[in-house]
Parts: sequence; C-alpha cells; structure tokens
Amino acid sequence: MENQNIENIQFPKELLDEVQRAVSSFPEGKQKSALIRTLHIAQAHFGYLSTPVMDYVARLLHIQPIEVYEVATFYSMYDTQPVGKVKLEVCRTGPCMIEGAEKIVSYIENKLGIKDGETTSDGIFTLKTVECLGACGYAPMLQAGEKFHEHLTEEKVDALIEQYRLKPVANYMGQE
Amino acid sequence: MSRKLLLNNIHVEGIHTYDVYRKTGGYAAVEKALKSMSPDDVVEEVKKSGLRGRGGAGFPTGMKWSFIAKPEGVPRHLLCNADESEPGTFKDRYLMEKIPHLLIEGMILSSFALGCEQSYIYIRGEYMYVLRILEKAIAEAYQNGWLGKNIKGSGYNLDLSVSPGAGAYICGEETALIESLEGKRGNPRMKPPFPAIQGLWQRPTVVNNVETICAVVPIVNEGGDAYAQIGIGRSTGTKLISAGGNINKPGVYELELGVSVEEFIYGDQYCGGIKNGKKLKACVPGGSSVPILPHYLVCKTAEGNDRLMSYESLADGGFANGSMLGSGGFIIYDEDQCIVRNTWNFSRFYHHESCGQCSPCREGTGWMEKVLHRLEYGHGKMEDIDLLWDIQRKIEGNTICPLGDAAAWPVAAAIRHFREEFEWHVKEPNACTTRNYGLVKEKVFEKVNA
Repeated sequence: MENQNIENIQFPKELLDEVQRAVSSFPEGKQKSALIRTLHIAQAHFGYLSTPVMDYVARLLHIQPIEVYEVATFYSMYDTQPVGKVKLEVCRTGPCMIEGAEKIVSYIENKLGIKDGETTSDGIFTLKTVECLGACGYAPMLQAGEKFHEHLTEEKVDALIEQYRLKPVANYMGQE
Repeated sequence: MSRKLLLNNIHVEGIHTYDVYRKTGGYAAVEKALKSMSPDDVVEEVKKSGLRGRGGAGFPTGMKWSFIAKPEGVPRHLLCNADESEPGTFKDRYLMEKIPHLLIEGMILSSFALGCEQSYIYIRGEYMYVLRILEKAIAEAYQNGWLGKNIKGSGYNLDLSVSPGAGAYICGEETALIESLEGKRGNPRMKPPFPAIQGLWQRPTVVNNVETICAVVPIVNEGGDAYAQIGIGRSTGTKLISAGGNINKPGVYELELGVSVEEFIYGDQYCGGIKNGKKLKACVPGGSSVPILPHYLVCKTAEGNDRLMSYESLADGGFANGSMLGSGGFIIYDEDQCIVRNTWNFSRFYHHESCGQCSPCREGTGWMEKVLHRLEYGHGKMEDIDLLWDIQRKIEGNTICPLGDAAAWPVAAAIRHFREEFEWHVKEPNACTTRNYGLVKEKVFEKVNA
C-alpha cells in the first residue's frame, strides 16, 4: 500500500464494527485483548503491518504503539514488510516433509522463479515455508489466505497457481 | 469394535448445523445439568470419569477443576485451548470443523461446573476458517437460548467467544495462551502462581484442550462411572488419534483407550498398514515432542508385552524404552525415512518456535538445529553426536515452560535408538548430502531390522 501516512489510514465502517465486536467480547478496560484480532483485520485490509498501520491500531485500542510493535513482531503470521497478494505458505514440518513437502517447495520455487520468502515481480505471489499447520494427515499441504490446500501434487499446484493468478484473493480474507 | 463417544454422529449430514446437532441428541447434556445437577455435581462426574487432559500432559481434569480458586466477587474464566500446533496433531481442527456444537456444549457444561460466566476459545490464527465456523455455531447457540443470560430459565449466564492467535506454537502452553489472550507476546509465565489462582487478567482460570472439553458432554450424558468403564485402567474413555506419515489411511480416529498399537497401525478400520508395502522403521506416537520409538519397541514393550494405545502402556519403559501418548499425534516412518533428517526438521521447528525467554531453550534449540543440519548435510563429526546429547541434557528441566523439554526429548530419543544412523552420517558424508533415503535404507536398515 502506497502513501501510508497515518492521516490516510482508516478502517471502513464494517471493519471498525468488526474491531468493536472483538473489543466488546472482553470486559471493560481489557480492550488490549482484541489486539491480535485487530492486527489480522489490519493486515488483511492494508496488505501488511507498516509502522503507520500499527500506530493506527494502537490509537484504536487506546494502547501504546510499542505494545503493538512487540506483538506484531512476535507472531509469525504478521508481515511487517510488503508481501504478494497471495501468500503460499507451505508446511515444512516432519509429517509433511516425509510426504514430500520439500519437492513441492522446489517445484513452486522453479515454477514461480522465486525462493522461499520472496515475492514474484508481478506482486501476486509470496512463497513462504511455515511450521506445522495441523494438516499432517493430508500432507503435503499449503495455506493460501485462509484456505488449506491439501494432498498436494504438482498438478494441483499448477491448478491453484493458475486460479490465484487469475483471481488473486487478498490475504486472510475470504474463505472459498 | 471400539466405542465412539465424540465422533459417533460425525457422518450425519449437516451435523455442523444447530438443527441437525440438536436432533441427534445435542444439548441434552446441558439440559440435564442445568435442570438436575449442581456445578459441583458436574465436577464430581468428571472426577469419577477419570478423564485426563487430552492436550498432551494427561493431567486428571476433575482434579484440575477442583484447584480453581473461588474468591468472593472475582470472576473466573474457562479458556479452551484450540491452539493445536504440535506437529502430527490435527484432531481438534477436525472436531471443531465437523461438529462445532459439541465443543460449545462442552464449554457450557464446563463453564457451569467452574462457575464461569465469560469463557473463551483461543484458536490458532492459521485456523481462521475454523474460527468462522465456530462463530457461526456460537451465534446459533445464542439464538436458541443456550448462551447468554438466564440460559433456559436456569438463572445461569454465560458468554462465549472465540479469539485467534497469530502463529506461535508456544501459545499452546497454558500461561503463554493466557498472555496471548491478554493481547501480548506469548511468553510463558513462571508458576506459581498457577492459572487456577491467578490466570487471565490475574483471575482464577482453567485452560483445557478442545477434546477434553468435548469429552465432558458424554460424561454428563452417561455419567462418570459409565465413562470410566470404557478404556483400560487409568486410561479411561476414548481418545482421538491423528494418524499421519507413511500409512495407507491417514486421518483422525476415535478409539477406546487400550486398543493395541499393532491393531491401530495395521488394522483396516484404522491406519491400514504401512504405505506401499514398506516396513515400519519408527513411530512417534504422541506428537513431535515425545520420544521416537524404533520399530521393535512400537508394537511390543521392552519386556515383550503388547503395547497398547493408553497413557501407561505407551510410557512403559520410561524414556529409555517407551514414549508417551501425548496429544495423540501419531506419526509413522517407513524404512526409507532418515531419522537424522527428521530430527533436524523437528529441531528447526523448536528453534523457530522458542519464545526466546529462557537462554537454555533460546540458544540450545538453535545449536541443536545447527549441529543436526551439519550432520544431515555431511559436515558432521563424531563428537557432534555427543555434543547434541550434551545440549539436550542441559535444556531439559531448565526452562520456564515445557517447550525446552519438548525440544530435548526427540533429540535424546533419536540418538538413544538410532545412534548408528547418526554415526553413518559422519562416516559416509557424501551419501547423506544427496537426500537419497535409499542409501540410508541400505546402510542402516539391515542393522535396524536385524
């Protein structure tokens, strides 16, 4: 997202409502508990968690910016740098590895011409290897946005890359 | 045939919806408890049932509940641990995705028993689509009067909501989960004070695994004594096992505790044997943290008794010759798999997931990953094997939370049972850089199978 001055950063009404719902599920004065959810919403809407976005979240929840920074940098799902529209997160942990996750990763690397952690030049795909996503019986697998793609084969990877290239779903939003 | 208590209706069309769940007997346990039981009666039934925590530690649930402090005027909280992240484990996801109302019903019963009026389900951020399923089900439960004020005229009030994590294995540890739910980094707390005294927002708190809370439903329906009749010895009831790795039928299975490991691996109603007709090399029976068992200790204990799927039998032989039931993340390795590579993979996981608070874990997990990496990629020395042993020994027991132990145990067990395979990686460095598991088989497997 270009031009991220804090003045330009504002959630639309429906997202403000979503934040409000999260806040109201906690007792009065414990609104900080809604931080993790709010950061998910912010990342989905703004693409990644830039410093101005984090400052905006801090103001929304009436907490200090440092309280947001330390959380945003602790949890692995948050991106504090720009990423592609679709993050392909391939599970690399034990059970997926023995079922061929490494081959799937190299296949995607070759197909997209990027390495683990990189983004394609058209800004559509970011490839990331991640730790166990809880799909060990359906290995190998990857997560794109909220969607789990399981029992991966090279053919399935081809198809899903094609699908996301035509219609890049925003990260996090929209379960199919 | 093994009895099912949680998954008996899993294949009923539409069971994820309120109407179907209700028609198949759902929420009957809540009706029963609110009408004819006191909170203490529910705790008593859970105590009688012998139910043990299904998240990994196996601590008796009724006893855990009885520790909760009840100071006057201070709210108490029940938190459901849906942070399922132990490699090999995917049972809670299955339960929540397929039959979300079972968890909600269990949450109502458990919250009632503990006297909580505000409960939370903390779910890992990667399961965001499951969070949406749960939120939809919770909305249905509110609409039908099972949540909110004065539930079914009983005078009992309960609010329930779901809160996500954002990708941190450590938040499955109960005090880290509490920190995370407070909107902070998931750094585990020192105990004492225990969460039962000072947990969420310093209030008395109980944290239970998804499957544990679901099991309260059949316990209330059928009574604690009836539940205790199922299973074997102190391993009562049923357990969900998530089976993965090189097997014909990976998936989630509910089994009566006490089924033999052999039947579970080779039986047609369970894993259906090793894939592609290969031989069993090793098994991690309870999630990546528990000690790996070499093939000759999987179906039999060191004394030659049948090994059973139960807390006691899987632990038979201690860490020298046994393992743990853990979270029920059951991973099978066939003859082609490389133990050094797998151990390196797990060490990388723990290094990645260490919260960084305690030096032995923060530094030690990284050292283990590095040493295992050089062994696997053919740059290792013989001393490295002893170095690994030394590092894991110095992590275990020296950290605030059990992540340190969880990182140490798989390394220790791999060296204990597969030392020759580690040595072979030093002696034949070129072969192991090829990732050619066939060579591992040729060199090591004769020995292992002998």
